[in-house]
Amino acid sequence: MIHTDLCIIGAGPVGLFAVFEAGLLKMRCHLIDALPQVGGQLSEIYPQKPIYDIPGYPEVNAQDLVDNLMEQAKPFSPTFTLGERVDHLDKQEDGSFIVTTSDKTKVHAQVIIIAGGLGCFEPRKPVVENLELFEGKGITYMVKNPETFRDKNVILAGGGDSALDWTIFLSKVAKRVTLVHRNETFRGAPDSASKVFDLANQGKIDLILSANLKEVSGNGVLDTVTFIDKSKAEIKIEADYLIPLFGLSPKLGPIADWGLSIDKNAIEVDTRDYSTGVDRIYAIGDINTYPGKLKLILCGFHEAAIMMHSAFKYVYPDQKLSFKYTTVNGVNSF
Amino acid sequence: MVNFTVEDQEGNRQDCEAPDDMGFNLMEILKAYEYPILATCGGMALCGTCHIEILEGKDELGVATDPELDQLENLPEYFPTSRLACQIRIGDVLDGSVIKLRGEDQ
Repeated sequence: MIHTDLCIIGAGPVGLFAVFEAGLLKMRCHLIDALPQVGGQLSEIYPQKPIYDIPGYPEVNAQDLVDNLMEQAKPFSPTFTLGERVDHLDKQEDGSFIVTTSDKTKVHAQVIIIAGGLGCFEPRKPVVENLELFEGKGITYMVKNPETFRDKNVILAGGGDSALDWTIFLSKVAKRVTLVHRNETFRGAPDSASKVFDLANQGKIDLILSANLKEVSGNGVLDTVTFIDKSKAEIKIEADYLIPLFGLSPKLGPIADWGLSIDKNAIEVDTRDYSTGVDRIYAIGDINTYPGKLKLILCGFHEAAIMMHSAFKYVYPDQKLSFKYTTVNGVNSF
Repeated sequence: MVNFTVEDQEGNRQDCEAPDDMGFNLMEILKAYEYPILATCGGMALCGTCHIEILEGKDELGVATDPELDQLENLPEYFPTSRLACQIRIGDVLDGSVIKLRGEDQ
């Protein structure tokens, strides 16, 4: 079990800046994010795009902003659990919480801060009957440990960079790799695309183009995947694994089940301190809503500063909080 | 004003109108009409959550640009006249069209 003062759900820009604001008040943070890296949307969706409305930066590259926020949080030694989704929040008798992730990591914290953006990024799933039946039983949406696929028959579906990259990688590990794509060409990185065509020409992988996923079947575990080609003919392939790779999309997910007041996929908060209706749970950044809300990073930063002053009373119930400026006191690391 | 028809995921149709002199894109108008579009990337053609299909309309309306095709290719399904609403500027080209919401993320 990880013990911390504050557990921040979401390691996007607002979650990262919250670490700094918490640190100024001597509160330690542990951050959890469903993505394998910090930065939220900025790192996942538009790392190389410029942002023009961060005060003091006429223009800043999204990934540079994330890197700078990490640097700014560094004196306060935040800890991270990445690549895991928070599934449960359990309130303890003393008011604190135990957070449990999808991989059963447990975090004990006095206060929960939801800085989850638009929710957690989850794989987009193709619309195919019975898909859910085989999830974890042959169907997986990401390659966590490539060794899982050693000497197995693996089918990848998709045409983006990750489908190309994993096809190339798994061709050295799996018994047989089949890449199925609905078009004749790939729009991903030209280098990767030509490598995939080379592997197919050398007979090292099977490449099926202009075909769409139609059906999955098996007796308890996946054994056959059916595709339909442009002439409407069925192609049946035996497979141990099917990996559909159609990108990620944010979903509110388990947050909806935590007893919070939700309006249009956002958590309603009290603008005095960005607290939710549940004691010791706060929501900041794009995940919250209130009259006049603007989904801007800079608004999330403001919310983080305000809410930390409110959360202080739960971490240091016997201390009086005095407001201090960093220009006067500096940044005192832990 | 430009007038067009929107069909939601359930097949319900609604007539909509949008000003063509304020620089809006179609994603912004659909959000203003409170259609449940995430628009995660805010209109940069980077997330694919404002995926629509042009059911009726001028030919050029149904032609996706390169940045859109890059995104559409990543989606589990798309159609010959699929577009990203954020890349359609409100203008004459939209007048009289019928569009269907296709984003699977709503």
